[in-house]
This record gives sequence, structure tokens and C-alpha cells, in this order.
Amino acid sequence: MDITRISRRRFLKITAGTFGAAAAGVQWHGLAPFAIAADAPAAKGVVEIPTFCEMCFWRCGGIAHIRDGKLWKFEGNPLDPQSRGRLCPRGTGAVGAHTDPDRLRKPLVRVGDRGKEQWKAVTWDEAFTYIADKMKAIKAQHGAESIAMFNHGVGVRFIQHVLKSYGCTNFAGPSFAQCRGPRDVGFTLTFGSGLGSPEPTDIRNTDCLVLVGSHLGENMHNSQVQEFAEAIERRVPIIVVDPRFSVAASKAKYWLPVKPGTDIALLLAWMNLLVTEGRYDKAFVEKHGLGFDKFAAEIKQYSVEWAAQETGVDASLIRAAALEFAARRPATIVHPGRRVNWYGDDTQRSRAIALLNALMGNWGRKGGLFIQTGMKVEAYPLPKYPKSDKPLADNPDGTKYPFADEAVTTGIREATLTGKPYPIKGWFVYSTNLIQALPNEAETLKAIQNLDLLVVVDTIPSEIAGYADVVLPEVTFLERYDELLAGWGRTGWLALRQPVINAPADQKPGWWMAQQLAAKLGIPESMPFKDIEEYLAYRVEKSGYSFADLKKKGVILGPKKPITVEEGLELSFDTPSGKVEFWSDQLAKKGFDPVPKYKNHGTAPAGHFRLITGRAPVHTFSRTQTNPLLAGMMRENEVWVNAATAGSLGLKNGQFVKLKNQDGVVSNRIRVKATQRIRPDTVYMVYGFGHTNKMLKRAYQKGASAAQLNTKYETDPLMGGTSIHSNFVTFVKEA
Amino acid sequence: MARFGMVIDTRKCVGCMDCVVACQTENDVPEGYCRDWITTEVRGTFPSLTMEIRSERCNHCDNPPCVYCCPTGASHVENFGKTVQVTANRCIGCKACVAACPYGARFINPKGYADKCTFCMHRVKEGKDPACVSVCPTRCMHFGDLDDPKSPVNELLRTRTHHTLLPEAGTKPRVYYLT
Repeated sequence: MDITRISRRRFLKITAGTFGAAAAGVQWHGLAPFAIAADAPAAKGVVEIPTFCEMCFWRCGGIAHIRDGKLWKFEGNPLDPQSRGRLCPRGTGAVGAHTDPDRLRKPLVRVGDRGKEQWKAVTWDEAFTYIADKMKAIKAQHGAESIAMFNHGVGVRFIQHVLKSYGCTNFAGPSFAQCRGPRDVGFTLTFGSGLGSPEPTDIRNTDCLVLVGSHLGENMHNSQVQEFAEAIERRVPIIVVDPRFSVAASKAKYWLPVKPGTDIALLLAWMNLLVTEGRYDKAFVEKHGLGFDKFAAEIKQYSVEWAAQETGVDASLIRAAALEFAARRPATIVHPGRRVNWYGDDTQRSRAIALLNALMGNWGRKGGLFIQTGMKVEAYPLPKYPKSDKPLADNPDGTKYPFADEAVTTGIREATLTGKPYPIKGWFVYSTNLIQALPNEAETLKAIQNLDLLVVVDTIPSEIAGYADVVLPEVTFLERYDELLAGWGRTGWLALRQPVINAPADQKPGWWMAQQLAAKLGIPESMPFKDIEEYLAYRVEKSGYSFADLKKKGVILGPKKPITVEEGLELSFDTPSGKVEFWSDQLAKKGFDPVPKYKNHGTAPAGHFRLITGRAPVHTFSRTQTNPLLAGMMRENEVWVNAATAGSLGLKNGQFVKLKNQDGVVSNRIRVKATQRIRPDTVYMVYGFGHTNKMLKRAYQKGASAAQLNTKYETDPLMGGTSIHSNFVTFVKEA
Repeated sequence: MARFGMVIDTRKCVGCMDCVVACQTENDVPEGYCRDWITTEVRGTFPSLTMEIRSERCNHCDNPPCVYCCPTGASHVENFGKTVQVTANRCIGCKACVAACPYGARFINPKGYADKCTFCMHRVKEGKDPACVSVCPTRCMHFGDLDDPKSPVNELLRTRTHHTLLPEAGTKPRVYYLT
């Protein structure tokens, strides 16, 4: 049987029968939400089905190869701008997400105490009855706003939509306060817009790339790494600022091994040097800049020699690197980074990076930061959400974090703990492992105790699932439809996620769960379509594209529009002044530094080391360690220690140690990697390991959790970002 | 007749292991084993460092000890492309080849025979590159005919400095690393 043919025929059936006649309240009647019916005989030979990846947030287009009815491999879709025909190791390893024996298989309801992981398997109907009853009780007593949601990824769309339709208002993703939030706020304050994802770095055409802590190649943001490799091939000078000799540093012309926490000192000295010597884009500054003179006067105090002292990097190296990248303006990029929540003053550091880019005049320039473009995709007509008269719980009326433009996860956690501004009694957690994603696990666990309902929707039993009242097993991205992806980039693109293979057990897709929940909550009209194919087909066809074509190709590219000044783009800036704000009145008015200032983040006490963390190319967060293919590449993390330091401490390569932080928290055991590739005052580990949920058999207690050691964290006063590099650790040798 | 080889640009390689994962799915490599792997070689002391990252595999040597030591003829040089291959049903799993290979490129498949990189001959015969070459996000790997002076692999070897692994072993390896 031909899978694509079945899908197409079903599509035709849907368009003939129900398209356009989506009466509100139509219930879902059990049409298999999968490409192949479970009892269909396996097709012989190889069938190729395109979909887009959810192994991380880059959302690359891929093509699944189904051989004799089984998922064989997942390759890049050549039409897709994110993969350009090549997936990263996690995408290639997505097959393991499908075959993972540790996957959640059935809906579970907790029977023992929270966190004791005692469950009873229930039917989907029982699970939704349980959830809906609890939600109704919370709504009756406290209001629907008291049910909050934490989420990551495309798949949350319909569950979130149903919660919004029910009156919920508090939705937050760790992707903001625990990742790229400080960067986007820092750039918005300066240029009037954030960078979004994928970042509009024109590495393909750049003449110089500066990475401040970004470890491209270890973070496998696919198309970006592809362009990075092209830049290497073109012999473009690369400058890397990192306490660790990262993979990127090994490709660099200049490596500046700064003392962790001193990046802002370096950035300020760089800016002062370039302004003083006139090595900046005067025309750009004159035309678009605001408050440049005040800015220049403010940074006058930061000499290269001072920065050398703070950062521990030779003044000559600091200077040489600056001259190198400034000489290549405007086709030079000081990379904005992505997971930038390091020390609690990250918005100001990101602003310094934004200002440095502004000095290079690279905004909207070829080889600099281009201006993303998208394509218009019609919405499906859905009922409006009810209005709420309550403020958002995380940041009531912007009083706590004045420049947060998304909800702050830890703000919701705090509201759950304090009951202010109003009690939070329910959490929906979609595909984010809050135990590892949020700082200070103890606060999360304490907050959970105040809940009447904790629902976790995930594909694997993450740590947070261990504390849930109800666990809803979702199918992996390979086994489901999701919301359309309307991407923004050099061109817009439209990508379809569609099931390529059956789920192995009783897992269900998010949209289906949303429909069931909506019915139980008495708001079936919030999901007024028979099934998601009808919804998707409507949106695609209404937008003037063919759904059948999209199913076949996986990706449709939007029209080419100018994305740089070179291509005829007119620059505009959405700041209050309409200018690039070198001196920020917005910040000054709220009592913050209008120009970034350097704050010394201290030195590790004797016998201690600053713990910094990063990504590995084969893992995403804490959610892939149990994937058999990816675990095969990296089963556990290691703690990197400078070889000389390790020698003086009597630590040998490969030896197990535990790490103890300044608050006495001791990690799981982890192997020592004694290496020349790191500063003597710093230790490093890849985060996401050290799992404590026993249901993750393959990953249980493999390596140490960086999140567990993050008990001391700083909160960014501008937007609520929480730091992850503020902890000091010492070694506890294994007996 | 072609003589296949691989040229890998260590400057571009980021060691992401995509080649390893792709080989696993393409060739159904059993869990816990691999036909290719990543080596990083760090030289110097902090902070004066250099690092070479290499995607390594069977070198399909011109002078292959694994073939010479095979008692059954299972390990052999295939006519097509002069690659080193194993005929699984002739292999008795004696491990002589595993011991003879200076690169550690072979393992005994749980099914009982010697296993290793095939240069994805099943793909090459269809006109495709090996899976590792096709998947690489950095496009650091190149596959082609070393006997064809006009092939892109030879072009790279002519214009770039390069080395092979353990040339002193005398195996005449055919996987080249650009530096």
C-alpha cells in the first residue's frame, strides 16, 4: 500500500465531505489521525514522506524513509531553508525518538504522593474527565487564570488554544527567561526589534564573525552551522570569546579565553576603542543613531588595558581582534547568541552586543544582520478568547520586569508559591522538563505542592512528569500533524508536519488531546473542525497554496523580498524614537543604565570553580538522553577541568567525581575530562544529563545535572531572565 | 576502473557526529557499535592550542592487512571501486582482521561476522554519496575516484595540504584529511 496515496485520498474525502462546512461543535469520531491505519499491512519497499523536525527548535524540513512499513531513516529536505537537504545529528537520530523503549505509552494518573512515581494506567476518557473536573473546580473557586501553562515547541498550539478558550491567560516558555529572552529584549531596546528564530545572521555572506560565548558546531542550529562551515571554507576570520576552547574557537583566528562573567568589560572596551579611533560606521550612526555622543562619553572610561585586567586576556589580543572585525564592516557580525541567560545582567550584555553591531553599521546589510521576511498565511476562523480582568500572574502590569515582552516562567512559579497576585492552582506542562529547565529545583518542587492539578504532556517520562497528577503521552513529531510552520527568514516558508509512521502504543497527538479536552470542558466550539487535516487544508488553500502539494513537498517557499539595504530595503526602527538608541531613554526613565555598565561577578572562592554549561551537538535540553541512537553517541556528560588543575587536585581523566556547589548541593557522579581546553578557574559540563526519573531507564543517573547545581541564580531586573553561570563548585572524590 | 577514496576537510568538520548517526540508520548498525566515529586531537597547552577533528572509518587501504590475514577470503577487495568488503556468509568471526586493522575499524557484529564501513557501496551504485558524506551539515566530506585525475577529491588533494592516518603502518589508506 502506498502511504502517500492513502493520505491523498483521505484528503480528497475530507475536502469533498467537510471542507468549508465546519459547523461549530462537530465532534471528532475516531478517524485514525495517522497516515497508515494500524491494521494496514506494511507496505513493501521504500516510501518517502516529508515533514518537519522537532528534535530541537530549528524546525528543519526532513524526509522520512519508511522501508517495509518501518521507519528506516530521516533525511534533510533539499527544498527546506533550515536543513538545505541535511539534518543535524539529532534530526538524523529522530528515528530513535520513535523507537525509544522508554517512551510514555499510556495515560497515567498518580496514585501515590507527588514525585513518588506511583501510577495507574487509565483510558484517555478517564484522564480527560479527571483533568476537566479539576479544572472546573479551580475555575469555579479561583478563575481560569489560576491554571497556568509552561510549554515548548510547535505541538502545544491546540492545547494552548483550548486553555485560552477556557479563560486561561498565563502561558510561559523557558525559551524566553531561560534562553533567548535577554538577547531579544536587548536588541529590541536598541534596534526596535528582537531577532527571533532562526537568527537573521547573514553568515553566508559575512567577512568576519565574532562569537561571544556562542559555540556554533556544538550547538547544531542546522542552517547556521552550515553557513559557519562555509565561512570557514572561505577563510573568513572568526573571533571567539569563550572561557573554553570550543569547537568554534579551534576554527578561530583569535580566541579570547575570557574569565567567565567579564564579557561586558570586553564589549565596552571594544566599543570605546572603535569609537575613539573612529573605526565605526559614521554614516549609519549619523543617519540612524540617537544619543551617540552621550554614549561615547559614557564608555570613554573603559580602556583596553582595563578590560585586559578584568578579562584576563592580553590587551594586544583584545585590540587585534577589534581591528580585525571593525575593518570588515559592515559585513561583520557580532553574533547575538541564543541561550544567553548567564549572569543576570544579560539584557545589558545583549544590548552591548547590539550596540557593537550598530557601530559596525551591519543592520539590514549583506554579510551583517538581515531583516527577516515571512509569508502571509490565513488563519482558521476560531472563536474569540474570553476577556480577563486580571493581570498576568508572572509580571502584573509589567511592574516586576518592565521590559519583558513575553511571560516569565519563574514569575508564574513565584505566583504559585506566594499566591500573589492571585493563587495559581493548576499547571499544564507541555514538552518542557521544568525540573531541568528552571533554576533552583527546590523552588519548583515547593511550588508544585500548592497545586490542585499538574498535567504533563510529553513523549518521554521527564523529571517533571514524575511529579504530575496526570501524564498524557504524546506521539512524537514523526507520528502526528501539528500546526503549520510559517517561518521567517531570507524568504518566508510554509512547512507541514504530518505523520510518517504509526505510534507504537496508545499515544495521541496534541491536537486530538485538545479536542477531547475541549469537549469535556464544555467548549467544543473552540475546536470547530472535524480533524486537523481539515484545519490545515483550510489554512493552506485559503492562503492560495495547494495542501496536496504541501503534503507532497513538505515545504513551500514564499516570494523573495528585499532583506538588505543592498537589495533595496529601506531601514526603519521600531524604537520609541524611531532611531537606533545608543543612549536609551527608555531604560533611564525606568531607573536602569541607559548605556550598559560592567558589573564584576566575582571570583570563585579558594578550591572552587565557576560552573559554566553548554550544548552538545547530539542532544537537545534534557529530552534526548534516552533516545537510543543519540545516547549511543553520548551516554553521559563529563566535567571539563583544566589538565594542570586536575593534576594538582589528583583528578584523573575518566575518574568519577561529584560536584558540590556553594549551597552544599551535591551532584550525581560525573566523569572528569582533564583537558587543556578550559581556563583553570572554570569547569564546564553539557547540561541536560543526570536524570532522576527511573522511567528513563537508559538515561537514569547517567552523568550530572547542571540544573540541579543551579541553586544560586540572579534574575535580570529588566526582563526576568534567570542566570545559569552563577554557581561555584568543588570536587568530591568518589570513595 | 574506479578506485574510491574519501577526502575530509578537518577545518570544516565540527565533530557533530551526524556522520555516525547517519551510518547507524542507513546501515542498521547494531546498537552499541559504529562503523565511523569522531576523533579530536588537541595539541599545545592552555591557551596556545590547536585542535583537529576527524571523522574516521575503514580506510579501504590499498595494502589491506585485514584482507591478507583473512583465512576464508571473506575479507576481500571488491572489483567495483577497489573497496575492502566483507562477505558476511563466508566470515567465521575469527577476529584476525579485527586484530590486524591498525585503525580499529572493525568489530564483530552480534550476528557473528566482521563488520565495518562499506563506503556505502549500495548507495554509490545508485549514484549517491555514502550516507556520512550526504548528511554532513558542514559538507566537509568528499567521496570520489582517486584514479580519476579530474575528480573533485583529486582536485582537493592537489590544492590542499593533507595527511592520512598511520602512514607508517604501510597500509596505504585511502581516507585523506585536509588540514
